[in-house]
Amino acid sequence: MIEILGIHKWFHRGTPQEVHALQGLDLVLEPGDFVTIIGSNGAGKSTLLSCIAGTIAEDAGTIRFHGTDVTSWPEWRRARLIGRVFQDPLRGTCAGGTVAQNLALALRRGERRGLGPGVRRAERELFRERLAALGLGLEHRLHDRVGLLSGGQRQALTMVMATLRTPDLLLLDEHTAALDPKTAAQILELTERTVFSQKITTLMVTHNLAHAIALGNRLVMMHRGRILFDSYGPDKARLRVGDLLQRFHEADAVLNDRMLLTEASSPSTGEGYRPAGHGCPPATNHREGHGPAGSCGHPSQEKNP
Amino acid sequence: MTLAAILAALEQGCLYGIMALGVYLTFRVLNFPDLTVDGSLPLGAAVAATAIAAGIPPHLATLGAAVAGFAAGATTALLATRLNILGLLASILTMIALYSITIRIMGAPNRTLLGLPTVFDPLSSLGIPLYQASPLAMAAVVALVAAGLIWFLHTAYGQAMLATGDNPAMIRALGVNTDQVLLVGVGLSNALAALCGALVAQNQGSADVTMGVGTIVAGLASVIVGETIFGAPTVARACLAVVGGSILYRMAIALALSVRLGPLAVSPSDLNLITAVVVILAMASPHLARRQRR
Repeated sequence: MIEILGIHKWFHRGTPQEVHALQGLDLVLEPGDFVTIIGSNGAGKSTLLSCIAGTIAEDAGTIRFHGTDVTSWPEWRRARLIGRVFQDPLRGTCAGGTVAQNLALALRRGERRGLGPGVRRAERELFRERLAALGLGLEHRLHDRVGLLSGGQRQALTMVMATLRTPDLLLLDEHTAALDPKTAAQILELTERTVFSQKITTLMVTHNLAHAIALGNRLVMMHRGRILFDSYGPDKARLRVGDLLQRFHEADAVLNDRMLLTEASSPSTGEGYRPAGHGCPPATNHREGHGPAGSCGHPSQEKNP
Repeated sequence: MTLAAILAALEQGCLYGIMALGVYLTFRVLNFPDLTVDGSLPLGAAVAATAIAAGIPPHLATLGAAVAGFAAGATTALLATRLNILGLLASILTMIALYSITIRIMGAPNRTLLGLPTVFDPLSSLGIPLYQASPLAMAAVVALVAAGLIWFLHTAYGQAMLATGDNPAMIRALGVNTDQVLLVGVGLSNALAALCGALVAQNQGSADVTMGVGTIVAGLASVIVGETIFGAPTVARACLAVVGGSILYRMAIALALSVRLGPLAVSPSDLNLITAVVVILAMASPHLARRQRR
């Protein structure tokens, strides 16, 4: 079980540009959960993934993997638990290294790296096998530099690298957004196949509502640093794109109305979308008309309209 | 150029090739331009000369010089990673601090090794003239260092180091502490520069605090000229190209010094200008070639 509890993240805190990107967010993942995360720009999806990976430090909150508190672990140390695929296909691989060298780097994720060979002969067999399963012919290109591959091939390679050692958690940050539709579909198919065959707990951020519905067993909608809606199992399977759009519109309308009220009643010149202009937004405020804000660890908390 | 001049240039090229390999490690592998070498080369010379003068066997003194160089490089890396000082500035700070430290070690701005044992003593008992034996010995040393570096960069740790320079975000996501890799890499680079300084001092018979001036430029010239002329498609080829570049660079200097245009002769003080022009031409050549094609 992976517990993400009470995460707060501010950017430019204490300045007029202050953004409260994550507002006490809670998310509890059961083993094998494949969660798709949707939300408008600025909802905090990527910030959440960066906080979990340790790329940025959260300002408050706790992250536990199977009961172990990893909140104080630096990014490289958390990497033994976490596999990642980024939006930018160039970010997940080393252009100067060969396909085999990149895979060997990934095979040693979380291990001590010593003075043994960078790539072992026996490992090449494993690499060929895993690449052959992609059906892209990469198994014949072990000695080619990764810089020679296309974006889609590099993203497929990154996907293999992230799951070569089965991670405790797989983070996919809009990993098909930079690809053409056909390649994106291939990568998604590969994602689904890999996640289910290895039973990997997964968080996948996407802007594509159809993908968010089609993949995974759980869907989380984020809005302004909180979880607005959390749908699980059979309920999730019944979702339609229209339902999600409806929720987006409702959320925006309600929040905008409330923001207007807040700003009208407070003397401050409310910049941005800070609900009350203070560090910690009033949780009670948020509950009007919505499900329990932020805390959506359990499917039962989902409220259908 | 006489045969003796060519052999001398070959000897110098091989000797300074050790430092050039260190510069390749920071500049190309780690993508961390490091000026510490200007200070760690004389540091190595000072440590070796002082240790030999104190009666320590030359090979141990040379090893001690390399360790001191590693510490100098590690200092730069710590300034950059722990204190978040811009890498280039961190290396300049270490470099100027080393100037004082080097003089402290020697107790004077220079120290002679006249009449003292050196690691090169066995060469005079080989039965071939020293001006031939010395270049051969230097070639053997630089070949050994290059082979060691090529081997290291193909180990699991070396691969992580290459990835740290290529894509640090990616290799951190694969569980590598990039700060630590940078420390080891910059340390090793400066250990090579200090080793070079120790051997140069023993070869020329003295250590001097000013011998490091322009080290980084000579190193960059070797890396860039070597890569441009010999090509660097793989790590192994790049290492060999750097050594080749170092030899070419010393040849070019020897050639320049022999040029005489009427009353105008190239003096050693002109070498900095010549080096700068050579580096600019080598760095600009791919860019200029692209412009020409358009």
